[in-house]
Amino acid sequence: MNTTTKTIPLSQIAHARSGDKGNHSNIGVIAYTPEGFEYLRRELTTQRVTEHFAGLAPRRVVRYVLPNLWALNFVLYDVLGGGASQSLRIDTQGKLLSTAIGELLLSEPAELAAMIRPSTAPNS
Amino acid sequence: MAIHIGNGAGFLGDSLDAPRRLVESAELDYLTLEYLAELTLSILARSREKDASAGYAGDFLEVLASLTPALVRQPQLKIVTNAGGVNPAACVRRAAEVLAAAGLANERVALVTGDDLLGRLDELQAAGCKLAHLDTGVPLADLPEPVVSANAYLGAQPIAEALGQGARIVVTGRVADASLTLGPAVHEFGWAWDDWHRLAAASVAGHLIECGAQATGGFYPHWNDIDLADVGYPIAELEPDSSFVITKPGGSGGRVNRETVTEQLLYEIGDPAHYLTPDVDVDFTTLELSEQGPDRMAVRGATGRPATGTYKVSLAYKAGYMASSQLLVYGRDCQAKARACAAVIFERLRASGYTYPGSCVEMLGAGEAVPGMVSAPQDLREVMLRITVRHAHRDAVERFTREVAPLATAGPAGLAGYTAARGTVRPVFAYWPTLVPKELVPWQVEVQTADAWSAF
Repeated sequence: MNTTTKTIPLSQIAHARSGDKGNHSNIGVIAYTPEGFEYLRRELTTQRVTEHFAGLAPRRVVRYVLPNLWALNFVLYDVLGGGASQSLRIDTQGKLLSTAIGELLLSEPAELAAMIRPSTAPNS
Repeated sequence: MAIHIGNGAGFLGDSLDAPRRLVESAELDYLTLEYLAELTLSILARSREKDASAGYAGDFLEVLASLTPALVRQPQLKIVTNAGGVNPAACVRRAAEVLAAAGLANERVALVTGDDLLGRLDELQAAGCKLAHLDTGVPLADLPEPVVSANAYLGAQPIAEALGQGARIVVTGRVADASLTLGPAVHEFGWAWDDWHRLAAASVAGHLIECGAQATGGFYPHWNDIDLADVGYPIAELEPDSSFVITKPGGSGGRVNRETVTEQLLYEIGDPAHYLTPDVDVDFTTLELSEQGPDRMAVRGATGRPATGTYKVSLAYKAGYMASSQLLVYGRDCQAKARACAAVIFERLRASGYTYPGSCVEMLGAGEAVPGMVSAPQDLREVMLRITVRHAHRDAVERFTREVAPLATAGPAGLAGYTAARGTVRPVFAYWPTLVPKELVPWQVEVQTADAWSAF
């Protein structure tokens, strides 16, 4: 696949949901299309996610792949400042991380048109 | 024939009207109400310390009162809830009073117990169960702080047992969220407790609806596509073969589509091939989603493996106190000024002899809500300064909350919002996830009429 030097935010080709388990957070990243999923599977590596969230200093990041859902699940260990009850930050439960991961910049894929959210969402 | 299970509450503090609106706008066989997040039990345990008749989700009684007309009109409707918290017996008695007052005195109400391990910690450790922290491996015996609550996540079996004894309302303490849905499914369809694929499927359905509107358009990035004011809460239509459809009441707001359902599938999970509940080890990687018309998503293909031999235990201990104070800082120099305000506050506290092992200064609006994500824009005109501290002693935290407001007259120009400046001191509960062998945690089910319960 050819890529240009231009970049796109992840949010252009995927949506996400995040939450907490103790002091860990998981971020489910879901591609809008199968083409987008294949691109994310290649580009959205554990390393990219670790770098994007360097400010949270994750102890480790683990990636799980769900081709059946066009999704990747990232578990970020020890990023919540102690977890829901102990964290001193405003986002005690990692709820903002799903929006924040949308700002991760990816190389613009040549097949971008096949990856963006269909103009009419399913069922809308 | 399919059974329809709706969920009207995703946490303690969720909409009080949602359960009533759900049962009024859809004919449900079961309404589940989920009130217990990881640390809700420790908060409820604190209430029980102060008042032996407290410690359950009080919202449930108000919700139940709003549901009594529907319970009268809809004989098929049953309610399964973990509203019992750390005092399910008290919750059942109060719920029974609500039912009796509404002419439902003959309805059978079930009390599920056995999850509360707080009084059994010494006994369990004596039996060789170290209750080691799941992440660190440290045994509970090495924890110096006092434990506030300790509850095993029970499964669907006591719920199915209660329904089998004719209960119309089932009140539990800590059970796994997904089990609130699996219990009714097993009761209705008579599945075996080792029918792993079916148990897995209904657990997925339970996982999808457990957080209420988060499956139907809540917390959705495309919020501007939908009506959230009238968001419909989720319904799982389960077939005897364990396939199911996620939907919401006709005419309600929100959205059920591939996006909303997939987001909720991935919510708060670890390894998707091993979503562990007390009932089954679920594999999400074999699920197939398909659209079945507007606001209807069919889910098939769940696979399950045998459940583990342990229950997860949610244990919490006291870890000091904390408080958070906020001030609005205005002006072209707002960021520098906010930093200076925080420095002044901590300087004054130090001068009075107070330092804090845990503190956090955030400039909300300047991109600090997720640390390191964006650099602050240079042309900001205002930021919300948020300062949070933690300390082992309440008086130190109390003192902090009194040091913020004085900036009104003794700080720089351009500050406002003093009503939020004096934060509330609250106890901190730290979380200690652990495991306990299932054979050490017997559960009990007691079913009586509302009349009999309220006579207790």
